Amino acid sequence: MGEKILMKGAEAIAEAAIKAGAMAFFGYPITPQNETPEYFSRRMPEVGRIFLQAESEVAAINMIYGAACTGTRVFASSSSPGISLMQEGFSYIANSNVPCVVANVMRGGPGLGDIAPAQGDYFQATKGGGHGDYHTIVIAPHTLQEEVDLVLKAFDLAEKYRIMVVLIVDGLLGQMMEPVEFKETVDVTKFKVPEWATVGQGDREDRIIITSLDLAPEGLEKMNLHLQEKYRKIEEQEVMVEEYRMDDAEYAITAFGTMARISKTTIELARSEGIKVGLIRPITVWPFPSKTIENRANQVKFFFDTELNAGQMIEDVKLALNGARPVYFYGKMGGIVPSAEEVLEEFKKHLGGQHE
Amino acid sequence: MSNMKTIYKVPSPIAKRDTSYCPGCTHGVAHRLIAELLEEMDLTKKTVIVWPVGCAVLGYYFIETDALEAAHGRACAMATGVKRVHPETFVLTYQGDGDIASIGIAETIHAAARGENITTVFINNGNYGMTGGQMAPTTLIGQVTTTSPYGRKPEMNGFPIHLPEMLATMDGPAYIARGALDNTQHILQAKKFLKKAFNTQLKGLGYALVELVSNCPTNWKMTPVESLERIRKEVLPVFPIGEFRVVKGVE
Repeated sequence: MGEKILMKGAEAIAEAAIKAGAMAFFGYPITPQNETPEYFSRRMPEVGRIFLQAESEVAAINMIYGAACTGTRVFASSSSPGISLMQEGFSYIANSNVPCVVANVMRGGPGLGDIAPAQGDYFQATKGGGHGDYHTIVIAPHTLQEEVDLVLKAFDLAEKYRIMVVLIVDGLLGQMMEPVEFKETVDVTKFKVPEWATVGQGDREDRIIITSLDLAPEGLEKMNLHLQEKYRKIEEQEVMVEEYRMDDAEYAITAFGTMARISKTTIELARSEGIKVGLIRPITVWPFPSKTIENRANQVKFFFDTELNAGQMIEDVKLALNGARPVYFYGKMGGIVPSAEEVLEEFKKHLGGQHE
Repeated sequence: MSNMKTIYKVPSPIAKRDTSYCPGCTHGVAHRLIAELLEEMDLTKKTVIVWPVGCAVLGYYFIETDALEAAHGRACAMATGVKRVHPETFVLTYQGDGDIASIGIAETIHAAARGENITTVFINNGNYGMTGGQMAPTTLIGQVTTTSPYGRKPEMNGFPIHLPEMLATMDGPAYIARGALDNTQHILQAKKFLKKAFNTQLKGLGYALVELVSNCPTNWKMTPVESLERIRKEVLPVFPIGEFRVVKGVE
């Protein structure tokens, strides 16, 4: 076990990626994740790996795409407007079935928005964002330790399914400092070029073409069916969710990332007043833990969804419940993060006079 | 029979299949030159070609190497990704004028500026061939296309982009040239340019680009022979053949 080190989120994610064996980083400066490329620019030469500052996020994601096609562990990070620029690459990477990991340190939008923490990219991250029918695995950590632990998991999932994994961390997690422990360092000398990768034909019997194109509709349908089959398998096997104080809960909060963390404090405050409330926290927001939520429908009186946006994940909560229970919402936009007390106050408005 | 000598054959990287190119199009010539060099220089098995969006979108079916299909304009960025993590591979991008000089000009200029150790073959046929002949950044003044139906007008559409001349002003690129595919003499000269460009990468000297002035008989609405004559009469005076940047060590 390693020691605990006090680190800023945007740097901890970089070190975690290096420890997880990221051999190359491509990115472009954007607040609030500048410490990530800065950290990589210092550390990658030290470990003999690649850091390259691209001319734009468009170029960065296509560098990632090229490097991913060689079966190399590659990592990129950006923030909301930059992630929007990358969506073209996301779509191509999806239909090319190549693995990579990208972090989105979300800031306030739409447009240029601001540089304060937000969760307004949930739709973009979980519903596609780019063109065509595709998904990326989307992981939403709520502490720096979890973020660090999930980076290695993200690479493993990316390679297991040959898919892009996106870590969505809001600006708060990117900018805050916490003690973190790096539990594992991957031995990169054991990396081998996978059999599907394009590094020149060499001694292989057949050459390899990686493309997202098939001009024959039947061929493209086949590519799509392959993707959908992969997505169903991921939905079955890779859901990650935390249920917090749900055993005796009469109400359930649903939240991810920073809002889930704040909600845990809200829950303690509520319970000190005798209100039995728990939290269902999707760790993967795609695949979404629909079954976990559905399973609690008969237990709780209502669900209370809280996010740093106008209400995005709430749609998936409602789909999971299919009308079985009411779902209320409290959100803040523009990069404003509410306190645990504010969340509690909003939550209590739905109790109908009980516990007042 | 025994004293017969092979003087002409299909280069081994060329696939035994029909191409998707129009009759008389010089894409086939460009493909052949690349394939001849890959064979002669023994590069086929270590090559990754990044193909473009445009007429050559299916190029990986015609030259048999490991291959990637880039998004429109992004070939140099994608090639950068490959080359940085696997520097032992020989990485080519094959791009048309719209791809490289319009939507992908940022990726191209920055790959050149970084002296990225990759090689670009740039086919300039003065229009967007695959989408039906729209105006390209290389469309000549006065040239009629489907989106410049009254002829390209400077006051409305600006001027053609001379990519090699632009790149040659920079410190990053090692070898920048423009050849033409309109006659045998020019084709043989183009092969020499390409060979230098390939060698530039093999010697680790940095970015190399060869523009090949090409035809588009279908969208120019000409016979193949007329289209080659047009290259000589109208295109080469604007886009002259030449080597624009040759750093020390290129040969």
